[in-house]
Amino acid sequence: METLFFLIITLVAIVSAILVITCKNPINSALSLIMTFFCLATYYVMLDAPFMAAVQVMVYAGAIMVLMVFTIMLLNIRVDASKKHSHKLFLGSIIGFFTFFNIAFVLFKSHVAMPTGPYSVDMIKQIGHTELIGKEIFTNFLLPFEITSILLLVAIVGAVILAKKKI
Amino acid sequence: MENLNGYLIVSAILFSIGTIGVLTRKNAIVIFMCIELMLNAVNLTFVALSRHLGNLDGQIFVFFIMTVAAAEAAVGLALIIAFFNNKETIDVDDINLMKW
Repeated sequence: METLFFLIITLVAIVSAILVITCKNPINSALSLIMTFFCLATYYVMLDAPFMAAVQVMVYAGAIMVLMVFTIMLLNIRVDASKKHSHKLFLGSIIGFFTFFNIAFVLFKSHVAMPTGPYSVDMIKQIGHTELIGKEIFTNFLLPFEITSILLLVAIVGAVILAKKKI
Repeated sequence: MENLNGYLIVSAILFSIGTIGVLTRKNAIVIFMCIELMLNAVNLTFVALSRHLGNLDGQIFVFFIMTVAAAEAAVGLALIIAFFNNKETIDVDDINLMKW
């Protein structure tokens, strides 16, 4: 049953990902990308990471995609199908397929280590995923967490300066 | 469910689709969305391997990747808007001022 569910979600994710790169209208691409993000959130739930799924829906499907749709509508780009693709289509597809076969080759030839960490599925279900993530962030990863806040500050200042009328 | 290979293959497929999109599309915003797709494929790999190894470090990394993606979206879209104000287009073929 769970395998069937996984296959259905995979089908939806891949079809909507292909729609992202084939739609002529950027708005349709953005909506397909939101669909892909929801499929990824479903994967995170199936992987016993509900906090990641919630953050995925809120940050990606919520904040980032709203920003993108807002920009698309603000710029009001004309859809010109005549020069959508160029000679790059063939070369790009070759490189994309090569990337895929390369990753697949590495995946099938490599061996993943046995479970090493202390966090088993039972423990995550018992204590709670969010609590464990919070404990990790505020103990082992405290310095990267603080640096992240500086990064967000820089992004805010940069976006405001770039969006000014005269650069 | 021990289905690590399935998740990794899906992640590889999504990453390759994102690569093809970045290389073939001309609209800067669509290229941007394809980059987000590639970032999400990597996130899926992180979460799947983190669960397989019983180690939460990968999920913390996903958290940071999401932060970086949000910052990237804000700055990148501001750049696209600034470029549109100057040139009235966001076709990447016209963004070649720094090309020799």
